[in-house]
Amino acid sequence: MAGQEHVQRRREDEEPPESAPPAAAPSAQARDAEVDSLLEEIDEVLESNAESFVRGFVQKGGQ
Amino acid sequence: MGIETEFGIVEPGRPQANPMLLSSTVVSAYAALVAGPGRARWDYEDEDPLADARGFRLQRAAAHPSLLTDDPTRPAPSGDDPVGTVDDAAGRDEVPPQLGATHRERPAVEEYDDPGAATTILSNGARFYVDHAHPEYSSPEVTGPRAGVVWDKAGEEVALRAVRALASTPGLPDVVLYKNNVDGKGASYGTHENYLVDRAVRFDVLAAALIPFLVTRQVFTGAGRVGLGQAGQAAGFQISQRADYIEAEVGLETTLRRPIVNTRDEPHADRTRWRRLHLIIGDATLLEVSTWLRLGTTSAVLWLVEQARTRPDLLAAVGALALADPVAEVREVSRDLSLTHRLTLEDGRRLTALEVQRAYLDAVRAAMSAEVGTEPDDETAAVLARWDSVLSRLAEDPVLCAREVEWVAKLRLLEGMRRRDHLAWDNPRLAAMDIQWSDVRPERGLYHRLLAADAVERLVDPAEVAAAVAEPPADTRAYFRGTVVRRYGAQVRAASWDSVVLDVPGLPTLQRIPLRDPWRGTRAHVGALLEECADAGELVARLTPSSS
Repeated sequence: MAGQEHVQRRREDEEPPESAPPAAAPSAQARDAEVDSLLEEIDEVLESNAESFVRGFVQKGGQ
Repeated sequence: MGIETEFGIVEPGRPQANPMLLSSTVVSAYAALVAGPGRARWDYEDEDPLADARGFRLQRAAAHPSLLTDDPTRPAPSGDDPVGTVDDAAGRDEVPPQLGATHRERPAVEEYDDPGAATTILSNGARFYVDHAHPEYSSPEVTGPRAGVVWDKAGEEVALRAVRALASTPGLPDVVLYKNNVDGKGASYGTHENYLVDRAVRFDVLAAALIPFLVTRQVFTGAGRVGLGQAGQAAGFQISQRADYIEAEVGLETTLRRPIVNTRDEPHADRTRWRRLHLIIGDATLLEVSTWLRLGTTSAVLWLVEQARTRPDLLAAVGALALADPVAEVREVSRDLSLTHRLTLEDGRRLTALEVQRAYLDAVRAAMSAEVGTEPDDETAAVLARWDSVLSRLAEDPVLCAREVEWVAKLRLLEGMRRRDHLAWDNPRLAAMDIQWSDVRPERGLYHRLLAADAVERLVDPAEVAAAVAEPPADTRAYFRGTVVRRYGAQVRAASWDSVVLDVPGLPTLQRIPLRDPWRGTRAHVGALLEECADAGELVARLTPSSS
C-alpha cells in the first residue's frame, strides 16, 4: 500500500536527531514542515482512487 | 439555541443506492442500538401512532391538535379515533417539524415517507431522524455556545455509532456519513442554527441587523470548500460550503432560493413570547472553536438586537452597515481568501468583511458598557475576546488561525498537498480530501487526523461529549424530554420540541405534556419529580392535579 511507504519514510526521516525547535513564532518553513508531517499522516488514510471516490459522492439536495 | 445537522450519506461502491432508505437504515440502526432491553425499537416507527399520523399526514395532520391537546387534564382522543374533535390548531406547532412542509419535487417521497421515515428521540433530548435524503441530528436546546459545541459533537458521535452499528451487522449496508454541506455536483444540505429570540423584536429589524453580520461571519465560521459554483463548475477553493447556494436575502424556503435570513416562524414554544430564529446559511463545522464562535458571536448580536428594542441608539452603528447587494457579497466574501475584498455598503462606504465584523464586535461591547450592570458572563466575555483575537489574526495572516478556523485549517492542508505533489485545483485528490475531511470515522476523517495530531484546538473534554450522547442538558426543557425518554422510554408514544406524549397502560387515552416554555423542565425544575416517579403512570398522576 502506498500509505505504508510513507510510514517508513517518515521513520527514516525521524532517525537523525533534530536540532532544538525554534522558540519563537514558527517561520514559514517550519509551518511547511508541520503541514508536511500532517500530510504524511493523512496519506495513509486518503482514498486510493480519488477520482472514483469523488464521482461516487452523490447526494440528494436537502434543506 | 441548538444546531440541526444533515449528514452526507454514502454506501461505498453503490452511488446509486437510495439515500432515503439508507438514511432510514442509519436512524433505525441507532435506535436499535440504544433501545432498552426487551424493547423492539427497530420497528418502533411502525407501531407508533404518531409515525402513522405522519404517514397519513394529509388526512390526520388535523388530528394532531386534538390528540396532543394542551390541557393535560382533558382527555385526548386515542390515535385510532376519527378526526372530529379538532380544537383550534392556529398557533399550534406540528409535532414533526421535519416532515412538515417539505416543498420538494421528488416522486420517491411518497413511497418513502410512509414506513421508512425513521425518527427517534434520544435520551440526550436530541432528535435523530430522516430529513429529505439525509440522516439529521437536531441537538437538544442548550443555553450557551459551549454547550452547543458539546451537544453538536455528541451528534457526530451518534452518527459514528450508527455507522459502526451498520458495519458490524451482517445483511445491512455499510454506510459512511459526512458532516459537510455539499456534494460538489449541485446538491447542498443544511446545517441550521436555531436561536430563541424575544418575540417583541420586530422581524424586519432583526433581519436588517443580521444580514451584514451573516454575510461576513463566514471569515471565521466557514468550513472551506474545493470547487466554485453550485456544481463546482470552476476549480478553486472558497471559504464557505454554503455560499453558492444562498440566493435570496430573506425568505421562507430552505431547499431552493435559500435566503440569508430564513422566515420560518415555527417557534416550538409559546409564540406570544418567542420566535425561533432559524438560520440556514451556516456551514457544518468540525473545529470546535469554529462552531463555538459561530454560536457565540451570533448570539451576542442577537442580544444586541434585543437590547435595542428599548435603546434603539445601540443599533445605530450596525444599522449603518447595510450592504448594497448582500446576496452577491456572500459569494464575493466566500471567494476572497486574502480577506481584502471590500463590500459595498448602502451608504457608499467600502469595508472588508473583517471590518464589518469588527464593527459588530464594537457595537456589542459598546452596548454592554452602556447598559448599567450588564457585565458579560464569563462565557460571553470569552467569546468576545476570541472574536476580537481571531479578527486581528485573520487580518494579519489567516494561517495564524489554522487551529481554530475550519476553512483555514482545510486550506492549509490542501495547499500543503498542492505544493508537495504539484497539484492544480482541479485535481480530484483535492476534491477527495475536501469530502474526506468530514468523514465521521476517526480513522478516516481528515479532521480527526488533525485532531489526533494536535493540529487543531480542543475546546471541550471528549468525556463531556461522550456523556452528552446519552445525557440531556440540565438547564432547558430538553432535560425533561431526554429524561422521560431514558426513564419511561417504552411509554413514550411521541415527543416533539414542545411536548411529550405518554401512553400509560390502564389509561384510556394518551397523555400529552406540553413544554411551551423552553426554560421549564430543567433539572432544577423537574429533576426530583422524575427521580420519584418509577413509571410514566406516576408521572402523569403527579402532573394531573384533578386525578387521584
